[in-house]
Amino acid sequence: MTITNYDERIIKVNQPVPGAPNNWRRFFGFNTDAKVIGIQYIVTALIFLLLGGLLGMLIRGELITPPSDLFDPTVYNGLYTMHGTVMLFLFLFPILSGLTNLLVPPMIGAPDMAFPKLNALAFWLVPVFSIVLLTSFFVPGGPASSGWWSYPPVSIQNPLGHFLNGQMLWIVAIGLSGVSSIMGAINFVTTIITMRAPGMGFFKMPIFIWTVLAAQILQLLGLPALTGGAIMLFFDLNFGTSFFNPETGGDPVLFQHFFWFYSHPAVYVMVLPVFGIFSELFPTYSRKPLFGYKFVAVASFGITILSLVVWVHHMFYTGTPMWMRNLFMFTTMLIAVPTGVKVFAWIATLWGGNLRLNTPMLFCLGGLFNFIFGGITGVMLATVPIDIHVGNTYFVVAHFHYIIFNTIAFGIFAGIYHWFPKFTGRMFYEGLGKVHFTLTFIGATLNWLPLHWAGLLGMPRRVASYDPEFAIWNVIASIGAFMLGVASIPFILNMVSSWSRGKKSPPNPWDAIGLEWLLPSPPPHENFEDDIPTVLNEPYNYGLNKPFVVDEEFYISKALNDS
Amino acid sequence: MNLKDNINPKISLIIGISFAVFIDLVLSKLMASWSYSWLPVQASKAAPYVDNLFAFETGIGTFIFLGCSGVIGWVLLFNRAPKYDESYGEPFEGNVKLEIVWTLVPLFLVIAIAIYSTKVNTTLQNLGEKTKYDSQKELPTYLDNNEASAGTFIDVISRQWSWEFKYPEGFSSSELHLPINEKVYFRLISKDVIHGFYIPAFRLKQDIIPGSIISYSLTPTRKGIYRLRDSMFSGAYFSQNQTNVIVESKDAYQEWINKTVKKVPVDGLNQAGFLYKKRLEKGDKGWATISPSPSPQVNDPGNPDSAHEG
Ligand code: HEM
Ligand SMILES: [Cu+2]
Ligand SMILES: [Cu+2]
Repeated sequence: MTITNYDERIIKVNQPVPGAPNNWRRFFGFNTDAKVIGIQYIVTALIFLLLGGLLGMLIRGELITPPSDLFDPTVYNGLYTMHGTVMLFLFLFPILSGLTNLLVPPMIGAPDMAFPKLNALAFWLVPVFSIVLLTSFFVPGGPASSGWWSYPPVSIQNPLGHFLNGQMLWIVAIGLSGVSSIMGAINFVTTIITMRAPGMGFFKMPIFIWTVLAAQILQLLGLPALTGGAIMLFFDLNFGTSFFNPETGGDPVLFQHFFWFYSHPAVYVMVLPVFGIFSELFPTYSRKPLFGYKFVAVASFGITILSLVVWVHHMFYTGTPMWMRNLFMFTTMLIAVPTGVKVFAWIATLWGGNLRLNTPMLFCLGGLFNFIFGGITGVMLATVPIDIHVGNTYFVVAHFHYIIFNTIAFGIFAGIYHWFPKFTGRMFYEGLGKVHFTLTFIGATLNWLPLHWAGLLGMPRRVASYDPEFAIWNVIASIGAFMLGVASIPFILNMVSSWSRGKKSPPNPWDAIGLEWLLPSPPPHENFEDDIPTVLNEPYNYGLNKPFVVDEEFYISKALNDS
Repeated sequence: MNLKDNINPKISLIIGISFAVFIDLVLSKLMASWSYSWLPVQASKAAPYVDNLFAFETGIGTFIFLGCSGVIGWVLLFNRAPKYDESYGEPFEGNVKLEIVWTLVPLFLVIAIAIYSTKVNTTLQNLGEKTKYDSQKELPTYLDNNEASAGTFIDVISRQWSWEFKYPEGFSSSELHLPINEKVYFRLISKDVIHGFYIPAFRLKQDIIPGSIISYSLTPTRKGIYRLRDSMFSGAYFSQNQTNVIVESKDAYQEWINKTVKKVPVDGLNQAGFLYKKRLEKGDKGWATISPSPSPQVNDPGNPDSAHEG
């Protein structure tokens, strides 16, 4: 046992994480335990999911009727800008950092992250920049309202002329979020490269680890561009410089290059770990090896490399020269190839399996189904002549919500359910989980499927009011959005009640293969401590009788005894 | 004893798969033809090319989507584990041949799509070329000025949040009147932020960049009234920044010019200005915005209430 410098009397029976007292206060302090930090990230992010969802429902409330009747258009613009920003920077990035923190050390047999203090610092920046961002609701003039792209010149117009304005706070928040992400990335990459269990060569790592590595390397390569762009934007906004201001000779389109050079890869930073989750869960719940492990692993880096050279597909209609549009159309379409390798591998993994359709598997299947759809509309958007028509319309909004919510958030829910017993030591309620899945799947489909047609017919995105011919699609979408709001109720109920009084979980409730499943649930503070297993084979050898580690039986019975 | 035992399982598998592929092909073809109806009317020379490309991709997309979800549906129906059954599935780990197939087939497919799209790109470029000029330097003349002596030349001026169209005859309009089947040349100009010149029925969109002037051209092919929408978010009253495009016969167009040229200029269409005034009257509630630029002075303010088709 490691740190035991606490009063033994306050230990209660059900500890969320053993090796430390059941002391909820540590979740509110500067704690350097990756598992505590992981839970801190996840809970914080889920609270922001509720806030972002509320903003989303306000948007859909406005759009349920054609005229702009619920809010003043300025308020609508602020709401949708904050919705996007909250969802990306306060929900998605943090929750993925949370899952990464929870999973990386146990999955590779490390006791903790390489730099625990840096790790805690990266987390504590999240509440800091969140407060900065949310403060902007209360400054004179309201929050940033130029969209999550913040394209100049709109974003540097600063109507009131104050130094302290919503757009400025937005830039500061995004900058701090970038700093936090860089800290996280340095930590994750170092940990994965240097702290793997004996025997765990690169081609014995779980796919989740592969995808985290690919995603975090992207962060390191891309974030400097965003930070540079944000600093220049800050100077243009507050000090009247003219990097992007056309009135004084700046080039507004230059900002778009800075922004998308990072923000396109950013979407892959978010989706890659979800590909990792799919690759863990499909074999487990199909009771079969992952089809083509090595191909799936390497495809992650194919995606990383390609995603650095496709950003201009967000700028096809800005006056980009023809050769550039053709080139970036082709590179964008090429991403479909490594992505296809993964999708086909998952489907082949399901084929002939013995499928267990519990909540995590349902979210995975739903996510995969939606991802195939979103990938196809992605190739359509990459096609220059089609994008000229549907770019900047609701078709794009529908495409990326199919990816970002219907795939990424689905994958995240799948991951949360799958590893919930591992890190809380409690089982969740399957019934509530299925209700959550059903409402989410139907709500998400109603919300984003119809909007493809609104976009095809020419409804621009970011409008507070629209022509009446688009009403039907918007009414259906709004109903779906409110349904998603309802779907959060069984989820919250499930998480809270299962964590406090769910059935105790065995070390390996899903009969899954992986180092984390050889640990007690919840794992001790330093995971395997001095008994780090030696990895023998690739993961996912379901039904093959190839042990994953040396002396598996020893770890299995040890975990059982320690639980 | 039953029929199934007599048939070689490999043959029945091949028959089954061919049947499924056949159904998938038929449905994809149907979807592709149906896809035309999801788009607005075709009112420019460019539109049919875009729609054909879209139908082509809808067909391919449907084939892949149904193929994949068909397999997923199949395993959901037939490979579900009974309750409490934790036994393993068939433990195959992979198949290099299959991997090669599903790397190369998508690769060829995207190459084919890219080649087709590049061709359409070139066609569209020839139908309506565009070039970006630095407005700090001299104003560009219209595109291939000399050869297009018979064309129509219009300046499109976008503001927060109104449109103004300046005709060579020396008058302006809030609505864009165009003669049918004639190539029209534009200079796209923004007075403040980036706007998007988007006419869905024409399948054309071009961002208007302040500091640059973009010369642009297109050919309308169908009489009617269509919407022109600002497609690049341009601030508070962005969604009001719309107007009508009126495509009419050469005679009607000429008549409109003759009539309008004689009219005295009045305040042009300015929905944003109207809403902003209302907001001020109600005590200026809401979050901050710059005030809308004053209404352009136009000879024809148009009729924003006339019904449009796309
Ligand atoms: C084969 C895969 C994909 C292709 C070919 C593709 C292609 C595209 C293209 C061309 C656009 C730009 C459309 C426009 O703005 O006019 C776009 C937008 C977008 N895509 Fe994808 N995409 C793919 C997958 C993904 C994935 C995996 C994600 C997320 C993880 C994603 C997230 C987004 C987002 C967030 C936007 C819109 C950003 C914005 O405009 O605010 N896409 N996609
Ligand atoms: Cu959203
Ligand atoms: Cu992109």
